Amino acid sequence: MADMTEIKTANKSLLKPDRKKVMKSWWKKNGIGYLFLLPYMLLFLIFIVIPVAVAFFLSLTNYNMIQKPDFIGLTNFKILFMDDDIFLIALKNTLIFSCIAGPVGYIMSFLAAWVINNLKGRKFFALAFYAPSLTSGIAMSVVWLYFFSPDRFGLINNFLINTLGVTTEPVLWTQDPKYILRVVIFISIWMSMGNGFLVFLAGLQNISKELYEAAAIDGIRNRFQQLWYITLPLMQPQLLFGAINSIVGSFGAYDIAVAIAGMPSPEYSAHTIVAHLFDHAFIRFSMGYASCIAVILFVMTYTLSKVCMRVFRSRE
Amino acid sequence: MVKVRKKHRYFNWKRKIKRIHFSTVLLYACMLGLVAFTALPLIYMINTAFKPLDELFLFPPRYFVKNPTMKNFHDLLTAVSGTVVPFSRYIFNSLFTTTVIVFLSVVLSCLGGFALAKHKPAGSNFIFAVILAALMFSSHVTAIPTYMVVNFLGIVNTYWALIIPKLASAYNFFLIKQFADQIPDAFLEAARIDGASELKIFWKVAMPLLRPAWTTLVVFSFVNNWNDYFTPLIYTTSQAMKTLPLALSTLGGTSIARAGANSAAALLTTLPTIILFTALQGRVMETMSYSGIKA
Repeated sequence: MADMTEIKTANKSLLKPDRKKVMKSWWKKNGIGYLFLLPYMLLFLIFIVIPVAVAFFLSLTNYNMIQKPDFIGLTNFKILFMDDDIFLIALKNTLIFSCIAGPVGYIMSFLAAWVINNLKGRKFFALAFYAPSLTSGIAMSVVWLYFFSPDRFGLINNFLINTLGVTTEPVLWTQDPKYILRVVIFISIWMSMGNGFLVFLAGLQNISKELYEAAAIDGIRNRFQQLWYITLPLMQPQLLFGAINSIVGSFGAYDIAVAIAGMPSPEYSAHTIVAHLFDHAFIRFSMGYASCIAVILFVMTYTLSKVCMRVFRSRE
Repeated sequence: MVKVRKKHRYFNWKRKIKRIHFSTVLLYACMLGLVAFTALPLIYMINTAFKPLDELFLFPPRYFVKNPTMKNFHDLLTAVSGTVVPFSRYIFNSLFTTTVIVFLSVVLSCLGGFALAKHKPAGSNFIFAVILAALMFSSHVTAIPTYMVVNFLGIVNTYWALIIPKLASAYNFFLIKQFADQIPDAFLEAARIDGASELKIFWKVAMPLLRPAWTTLVVFSFVNNWNDYFTPLIYTTSQAMKTLPLALSTLGGTSIARAGANSAAALLTTLPTIILFTALQGRVMETMSYSGIKA
């Protein structure tokens, strides 16, 4: 009897889906998940998602944090690209920086991971290679400044003058606009080489040795063929992750440039997009204009990352 | 001169060296060279931190220290004449904010990442897509609106301003989620059948399984926040609230006389991250193999 009634009620609920019950089962299925996600998502919304949207909105306004934002359309973008010479310098510097520091750091960290993976003492090499990435850009800039010091006391100048004897006058590494960006790029590469490195090394460790043995039977002769036909395709997810991090990191270049060259740097020779953003946002408090710079930064890194995803997908 | 047999052996040996050893030796030499390059400023920093004043002014400048002394550290940590805020305050600020960020952000990311990977509530794919998108721009993009929120909350120049905006890290969430994906459902099901509550399952079953992942996040989160310069630059207005990197950038010039103190400060700033990483290196490697993005 009990069975019968149960079936009956079950039938009833099938015919007439009780709203409360649907909600209840939906909640039973999803509720815990949402509850677990809630704290993170709340902060994520407030401090990441909404700010991106607000930045887009503010970029169309004139806003100084005291008066209400004043909608001015695309004027900020027009000024930025037509009249703001310093922004164009910053853009140029950032592009030069990213085009050199990004790829060089990326390739070096991959090569290092590839080589180190087959060496004895892998742990030691990994630590030694990764150590610069663990350091603070500011702290190490302070140290690097003693290498690049523009007088005879600078280690590099001393090396050039006294050891090699190639010049007699100290090179003004951190004062001559000709050299500043190069010094910043050099130090940044030193610091960022390790960034992708761990990801790559971990990816390499995941590839089973048997694959290489099988490939050797199939006629793959040398290490470089191995690299091209097996390792790289299998490491595609790690390579993509590393690429995105490298893009975001190099376009966000700021602290090393400021620590080495000051703000503003001589003739804006190490002025980056983020430096320009900081200048307009937190020194002049023209938030609308600064948001416009932020939007450009967003569009650049986001598009490039998406392009990367495409490229990696097509290689599959 | 040499007997044929011996000659033969000699060539064999030589060939072996050529085949295996020579390239290997070259490789090791190359890598050691590269290591020297990465270690050069670090070793200089350590040496200079222990240099007495007369060695700092040596000309031509010397790389290594000859008569190491603790005076630079002593001056930095105890003597505060000239500066209003003692250096230990910066260490405390950095240590406190970083520890709180690491703890909260790792717990939040674990809760969320685990839920997204294993509970898969409706809309999970969309949420993950948004988080993936958040990996594709730097925090500078959101700095202005975030500043407005912090300003609105009235917490500028407090520890909260340095902590709260940094808790929702897309990077952390992403790593945990990727790692949690490979946890077999069977473990969780077994616990469910035993009647454990979801929170208990998370704490007693999932967290131990996720341990390599969150240990890694402890390392990365610590390193990133410890070294962060931009956030305190925006949110702190008083000297007493500054963190180590910010304090270092304003410590008092880069004259040669300051080289010892600067290097000592740089060393104190660098050491914790390197120690932490060395201690947890194995777990980091274990986690990073799951970090890939499938395009």
